[in-house]
Amino acid sequence: MRIRIAHETIYSYAVPAHAVIQTLRLTPRNYEGQHVATWRIDVDQDCRLDAHEDAFGNITHTFSCTGPVQTLTVRVDGLVETSDTAGVVRGAIERFPPGLYLRGTDLTTADGEIRAYAEARERPGDRLSTLHALLDDLARDITFDKDPTHSATTAAEAFALKRGVCQDFAHIFIAAARHLNIPARYVGGYFLHADGTVDQEAGHAWAEAHVEGLGWVGFDAANGQCPTEQHIRIACGLDYLNAAPIRGSRHGGEGEFLTVKVVVDQASRQVQVQ
Amino acid sequence: MAGDAPIFDEMNLADGAVRPAYETLARWLKTIPTDLLATRSREAEALFRRIGITFAVYGDAASTERLIPFDVIPRVLTNDEWVRLSKGLTQRVRAINAFLGDVYTKREILRAGIVPEDLVYQNPAFRPEMNQQPVPHGIYVMIAGIDIVRVDADTFYVLEDNARTPSGVSYMLENREVMIRLFPELFSQHRVAPVENYTDDLLATMKSVAPRSASSDPTCVLLTPGLFNSAYYEHTFLADKLGVELVEGRDLFVKADVVYMRTTEGPKRVDVIYRRLDDDFLDPLVFRPDSALGVPGLMSAYHAGNVTLANAVGTGVADDKAVYSYMPEIVKFYLGEEPILKNVPTWRCRAPDELKYVLDHLPELVVKEVHGSGGYGMLIGPKAAAAEIELFRHKLVKDPSNFIAQPTLALSTCPTLVEEGVAPRHVDLRPFVLTGRDKVRIVPGGLTRVALKEGSLVVNSSQGGGTKDTWVLDS
Repeated sequence: MRIRIAHETIYSYAVPAHAVIQTLRLTPRNYEGQHVATWRIDVDQDCRLDAHEDAFGNITHTFSCTGPVQTLTVRVDGLVETSDTAGVVRGAIERFPPGLYLRGTDLTTADGEIRAYAEARERPGDRLSTLHALLDDLARDITFDKDPTHSATTAAEAFALKRGVCQDFAHIFIAAARHLNIPARYVGGYFLHADGTVDQEAGHAWAEAHVEGLGWVGFDAANGQCPTEQHIRIACGLDYLNAAPIRGSRHGGEGEFLTVKVVVDQASRQVQVQ
Repeated sequence: MAGDAPIFDEMNLADGAVRPAYETLARWLKTIPTDLLATRSREAEALFRRIGITFAVYGDAASTERLIPFDVIPRVLTNDEWVRLSKGLTQRVRAINAFLGDVYTKREILRAGIVPEDLVYQNPAFRPEMNQQPVPHGIYVMIAGIDIVRVDADTFYVLEDNARTPSGVSYMLENREVMIRLFPELFSQHRVAPVENYTDDLLATMKSVAPRSASSDPTCVLLTPGLFNSAYYEHTFLADKLGVELVEGRDLFVKADVVYMRTTEGPKRVDVIYRRLDDDFLDPLVFRPDSALGVPGLMSAYHAGNVTLANAVGTGVADDKAVYSYMPEIVKFYLGEEPILKNVPTWRCRAPDELKYVLDHLPELVVKEVHGSGGYGMLIGPKAAAAEIELFRHKLVKDPSNFIAQPTLALSTCPTLVEEGVAPRHVDLRPFVLTGRDKVRIVPGGLTRVALKEGSLVVNSSQGGGTKDTWVLDS
């Protein structure tokens, strides 16, 4: 499948910012099932994008610009070819052994409720079935709702609400898996809706868990499925903070207003890539 | 080793004889009237107060800032003792640096099964963000404070390694200055190795680890969390002695992967940051997003090799008390040498058989939290009430891997001025080890901490400990 992505993040400030610095994790890499045909990042300011590979193998770009900055737009355009691998991630850059991903974080700490929920779904000796039970049940028990949670909501807080967005589903899944001693990690990316919805308000997120014999396997609890050719994988880490598309800081710039437009569409075969 | 072992006094032997290092000092102590010592002690306190050297004690609302008690009777080490100690310290810090370079890159020690993988990966002080990221000249710990205790004439143990942002060196320097002012006659009777070159050594160390892209005269700064940090006085003191700018996060900024300092003459490139700010707060783009104390983009500049952080990020994984117990193996693994300085025998409560031993012997042992510091969260079995022991038993059973246990060491004592006169009190020693690209520098001595309460083994300043001037006698 050929998927075209246009992702625009626009910051506007009531009072112009003196200085802005951001680190972007907005660049996919190739692995089995994902080939990046074209990819381009534009920032509409006088700045240089400094590329690095972070500790998890993600590509980052850091830029800084000095103001006055009234509005700032980060625009991503790309075309990615995908194929279905039944959720199994092969050929991705791995910078850590799986054991690292048992490490707890503030956002993915399992509280008593999550621990009990995880334990009730454990199939001893069958990690894959355990993970599928978690996937199915979380998709059923948690309601997708973008109102009550935010980017700093913890797994435990979202689980108590039984509501949240894809980030919350992923954090809860990770917390539960790690509690059962299964290495698990956070993945940020994009998702092509099957129903033809093209315009979205945000990117997507899901979890990956490590299964002996298979390696890393994706679990998209918000959609109740393993990732397919509709998923574009961008960055991974222990939690959202390691994989966030944009982490930034600014001086001045009070009254920030953020607009995010994500368009994920199937590229028609006739379209020529420039 | 047990509580009833004879206590080694560094001045007086059990038979009443005076150890050679203390001969002159012991004679002086006999001649000087106790009330004159007490007067000098009050003068010392007045001096410290005037200098403004204070220390904030966490959880002590009544007095957020106070003086650390200073004892006017110096502690004396011979040159021979010091030579052996400094060899051991150099070896230990070389091994710590090798360990950090390995766990953040090739992980050979984990693959060899010498240190368990989870002890590193599950360690809160391990920073995954440092994985596979080079650091300038491969040096992680430029400034280490290694806590040493002594149990007899020949045996020194390393009690704790401090590889993050060890403090206390300002007391070492101030103690000497005050002693010279109060007791010039003592210095004319002894050849005491100087310590005041510490700040020159520190500056030379910092400049030696500047990135290769820096100019021949690199710009160094000291980054402080600010006024509310317990060691803020030391930060201002050191910046002043070093002749470098004392900065807070807001004084620095990053542009195109280079760190700059705001100055009245415009931005100035910064090459080396002696940071006294914890990892968590360094860069809100990488660590705690709510940190207002750090510098956004700092880690990006660091990974690009354009700035040196001293110490590096993530060094705490080497001074964790559970990793500590592996230090003898770590020294052998990287250096192929036998450790010169011994570890205190340590039970790792994460191992079930060792936990069982610890639970069976709680009244004899010292139990410490793996990630604790400053004498908090610690059980001293022989001094603890039954209820406290039971509380720790419960904690140990609940979360064994969070604890280690050690025998109650009979720490050496030194003559100390207390209300009743001169009496022996337990001491430890924190020498400061500086590792540069060119060499390791250690000023002779370090900071001696003394437990002022009779029989007490807790020397931490946060728990009512005091300090002494530490003399290494030139031979």
